[in-house]
Amino acid sequence: MSIVLESRNINKYFKKPVLFHVLKDINFKINKGEFTSIMGKSGCGKSTLLYILSTMDTDYKGELLINNELITGDSRENLSYIRNKHIGFVFQFHYLLSEFSVLENVMLPAKKLGEKSLPEIKHDAMQKLKILDIDDLAKKRASQVSGGEKQRVAIARALINNPSIIMGDEPTGNLDSHNSDNVFNIFKQLSDEQGLSLLVVTHDEDFAKRTDRIIQMGDGKIIN
Amino acid sequence: MTNWKVILNIAKTHLLTKIKQTSTAALGVTFGIGAYITLVSFMTGLNGMLDDLILNQTPHVHIYNEIEPSKKQPIDIYDEFENSMNIVHSIKPKLTQKKIHNALPIINYLNENENVRGAIPQIKTQIFYITGSIEIGGNLIGINPLEEAKLFNMQDYIVKGSAGALHNTDNGILLGIGIAKKMSLDIGDRVQLSPINGGVFPLKIVGFYQSGIADLDAIQSFTNIKTVQRILGEAENYITDINVKLFNIDEAKPLSKKIEQQFNLTAIDINTANAQFQTGTTIRNLITYAVSITLLIVAGFGIYNILNMLIYEKMNDIAILKATGFSGKDVQMIFMSQAIIIGLVGGILGLLIGLFFTNIINTIPFQTEALPTVETFPINFNPWFYLIGISFAMISTFFAGYLPSKKAKKIDPVKIIRGQ
Repeated sequence: MSIVLESRNINKYFKKPVLFHVLKDINFKINKGEFTSIMGKSGCGKSTLLYILSTMDTDYKGELLINNELITGDSRENLSYIRNKHIGFVFQFHYLLSEFSVLENVMLPAKKLGEKSLPEIKHDAMQKLKILDIDDLAKKRASQVSGGEKQRVAIARALINNPSIIMGDEPTGNLDSHNSDNVFNIFKQLSDEQGLSLLVVTHDEDFAKRTDRIIQMGDGKIIN
Repeated sequence: MTNWKVILNIAKTHLLTKIKQTSTAALGVTFGIGAYITLVSFMTGLNGMLDDLILNQTPHVHIYNEIEPSKKQPIDIYDEFENSMNIVHSIKPKLTQKKIHNALPIINYLNENENVRGAIPQIKTQIFYITGSIEIGGNLIGINPLEEAKLFNMQDYIVKGSAGALHNTDNGILLGIGIAKKMSLDIGDRVQLSPINGGVFPLKIVGFYQSGIADLDAIQSFTNIKTVQRILGEAENYITDINVKLFNIDEAKPLSKKIEQQFNLTAIDINTANAQFQTGTTIRNLITYAVSITLLIVAGFGIYNILNMLIYEKMNDIAILKATGFSGKDVQMIFMSQAIIIGLVGGILGLLIGLFFTNIINTIPFQTEALPTVETFPINFNPWFYLIGISFAMISTFFAGYLPSKKAKKIDPVKIIRGQ
């Protein structure tokens, strides 16, 4: 099994308002195709960890490897490229560009990557929307679709560049149980059928129990 | 790795969905640039007209014989008093002839100089205009009408008749409009002149002259050089003044210095003669540019404000773009290109509005006694103003966009996403 994401001795401090050791020696690996969830109480540092793993937060000590390559200390430009190509994001609040259509939202990361031609990207985007069963919304403005649909659009956007790993920060936190189930099933399906790696931070115990592996955190440490 | 197509597409979408704010910002630039073009075209047009009023009529170098006391009094030459302090009371000017010695060869010499567009002779003399028993003092200037018209735009100041008519009429005179009014004379009438040393000469009026300076028009008239020579009873080489027009006005000062040394004459260059006029022009230009730049800076702050607000509104979008792989530089470029698009569109519209307004102003009638040739407000349609206008629009919007876009570049997506 190849390793998609590895964290070696990651430590993080918040300097304001007082010095606070948020993450203490975080070590773990995520294998390809694994559906992992991170659980823990509010304030235990799980979101902080996720943003370090996502390369957006670079203010930490330790080493972070994606696809066995050390990316700690890379330039911001390069980190942007890694986020673009290897990491897909799903947030609690369905961050879409509200002025763009659903299809454009999904296409945007691929356009930025610029590896494929526009018709190819469009085809890919439509395909992803079809997988998530929202292809009929393609032409609608992002601000005009419902919450559950928005989250599915966000998932489609996360998938567009066929990333190595999808990260979610409470992706179901803002959805009702029906839509939560829906999102979980989509994740599960992607994991099973396409061998996609997933790392999801969640409060929802039911959600976590159904994943392949649970990383329990407490007070900035991994408990198990 | 900058993907311009994507960036411009995002910028375009932002601008079009916020069309009200976009157009407010662009209109700020439009009015700034439009006002700049209108103001600068109008002001420099007026300046140019005033410049022409003086410069066209004024020779670049005016050569004549100054009446002045000798610089060295006889006692200064006397060796015995060399080391003593000599005081001479009641010095009288040196008696010299008014005419320029060897004037015709000097004119030929000057005309051969490659910097000189033309050097033409004049004779200035005092005369009396006689009507019945009344004598009115005045000046009579003997000229070469055709050359005067060619070099000094004389035709512009002849309100009736022409320079050619004076050239063709042997005993013709171009009468100052003020005298003509005083004496109720019209073209074809005769006017009697008397030089200081006596005699009466009837001359036929072929036209009226109006310089725009009323005091001058009330005394000054023109006739052919030969006519003046005949009135004064002088020979054909009697010339009192030489007026020189140059190709480049900056040559006036060195040339006048050279002439003074070479020919022992007084030569006044145009800049010395019209120093206060030049100051006026400079100050008017200064005011024009100060006002224009203020307008453009105000427009720049408008753009700055609107982009700043736009960036606050788009915090979430910026965070999401960064999270999905757009770098800080990409985000900066998105906002920079918005600023530049606003600047370009606003600037071009401003140029068109400026062109429109200046064309309107150019048709507004503007008639004044002082400026016989001007019928409408003068406008300077200089393409440079348009180039400067659009450049300033681009530069000011660039800076107005730079600061907010730099802020957008630095926004930490984690803070935004977690802050919700």
